[in-house]
Amino acid sequence: MSNGSRPILFVELKERLFKKLLLVSGLLAIGLLLGIFFTLLMESMLSIRETGVSFLYQSIWDPVRETFGAWPFLLGTMITSVLALIISVPFSFALSLFLGEYLKEGAFRSVFNGMLDLLAGIPSIIYGFWGLFVLVPMVRDFENSIGVLAHGVGIFSSSIVLALMIIPYSASISREVISLVPQDLKEAALSLGATPWEVIQKVILPYAKSGMFAGVLMSFGRAISETMAVTMLIGNSNKIPTSLFSPANTLASVIANEFAEASEALYLSSLVELALILFFVTAIFSLLGRYIIKKWMPVQ
Amino acid sequence: MNAARSVQVRLILDRFFKGIMAALSVLLMLPLLFILYYIFSQGFSALSWTFFTQLPKPVGELGGGVSNAIVGTLLLVLISALIAVPLGILMGVYLSETRKGVIPEMARLCIDTLQGIPSIVMGIIAYAWIVMPLGAFSLLSGGIALALMMLPIVTKSTEETLKLIPDSLREAAYALGAPYYTTILKVILPSGKSGILSGALIGVARVSGETAPLLFTAFGNPFMNVNIFKSVNSLPLLIFNYATSPYKDWQDIAWGASLLLVLFVLMLSILSKVVLKK
Repeated sequence: MSNGSRPILFVELKERLFKKLLLVSGLLAIGLLLGIFFTLLMESMLSIRETGVSFLYQSIWDPVRETFGAWPFLLGTMITSVLALIISVPFSFALSLFLGEYLKEGAFRSVFNGMLDLLAGIPSIIYGFWGLFVLVPMVRDFENSIGVLAHGVGIFSSSIVLALMIIPYSASISREVISLVPQDLKEAALSLGATPWEVIQKVILPYAKSGMFAGVLMSFGRAISETMAVTMLIGNSNKIPTSLFSPANTLASVIANEFAEASEALYLSSLVELALILFFVTAIFSLLGRYIIKKWMPVQ
Repeated sequence: MNAARSVQVRLILDRFFKGIMAALSVLLMLPLLFILYYIFSQGFSALSWTFFTQLPKPVGELGGGVSNAIVGTLLLVLISALIAVPLGILMGVYLSETRKGVIPEMARLCIDTLQGIPSIVMGIIAYAWIVMPLGAFSLLSGGIALALMMLPIVTKSTEETLKLIPDSLREAAYALGAPYYTTILKVILPSGKSGILSGALIGVARVSGETAPLLFTAFGNPFMNVNIFKSVNSLPLLIFNYATSPYKDWQDIAWGASLLLVLFVLMLSILSKVVLKK
């Protein structure tokens, strides 16, 4: 080996430098997150000082009169994300149980897997584009037929597309959780004469339910942070939404729409404060989800 | 309870729920097929030679292409990969090498949190860090915004890959007298090569369709630009601007660009699987 000819001191120095480099990269990961947090905090300081806590419950967002309240967007974000979850959960649970317990091999399984990959791979902007040109006219017809004011765009349209977008994500988490259920438990139940459905009901669900719940929380975080598709479909109204069909705005969509044209310092700062809220909420949901999986899913 | 139920009923119940689950799974396929059909049928007719080679035309003039957006997307992805891939591999090595302790635990938590940060927030961060000090929208700021999105993906996949490498390999290297860095660089990393490469490709695929972080960083530009300090167009930005415009020919170009983008992302994700299988 050529190492033998090198002075041992040189090797030791390199060794130390390498370990330092690794440590620095770890510290950089921590620094990056702190940097992001403090940047958001600093940039939104003006707005925090100016409006204080009332920013959260004030219901008027009027950049012209410099009145900034985030309530319509908080509400819009909540409603669209919850609705998207309600639509997506049955599909993602059904899909993950079906693939996990019934369809264990074969061509159809690869078809479903490929489909999930495809759904996950289509960029957000294209979901928005498709939604705008295909889904919105359909929703508008539907709204006409049930007799509500037909906007087409609005909470309902965005929630449908949002649901489609989070299904691959939530299905992949619940599949992972379901795969953690010990094989011998399932086999024991089967050998006692349980049908596959009874195995799901009595073994898998009790074992995996906290993990599946965690998956729902994480998907919720994903739904909240989704930007482009929602921006194109929600109708961009800064008023408090009055029904499931009315146009609204989410935290992410109002930033996407208004940030580039915000010229006054307070306006810009208020938008960054929205981003700060978004940062907190998504961080809490993703950490909570991970914590639950770690805590309640016994890993072999 | 159960004893009272006849076997017949239990079997029927089993079939019933299996049917429901299969039906929901198949139902889910319909919108996907619908979306794909739309992108392909609308997008295909927009593709032509000029689509790839020409710059966008101003409103009212028919024709024009998206050459600047294609070049812009490739440059943005290149810059972000140049930043995020080496850094992500380094962080992944650190996390897989030091599994216990306060700093690695914290770092792992931070990477997890970074991964969950909405893309639009990353756009604001790149705006505050790069655009504001330099005073202009730029290719560089867009690349950094995308790098922030890519970094946790590369880190996580590197960590997961390296964790699976058996300790005996490392011990063999030590036994031969190899120093720590040689063991990592010449033994551990090469044996995890395919997993790491696949993670990097997944990262590239993820960010190449991102629009939100580019809205106020790369910003968009009707002209060709390769200067990293100037604003640049990208396919997702172009789709956003053209799709929301009222002009039919612009919308057609946006469908073409969508098809191109989907094919690009699809190709990358297939490539990542091929690499992993090797």
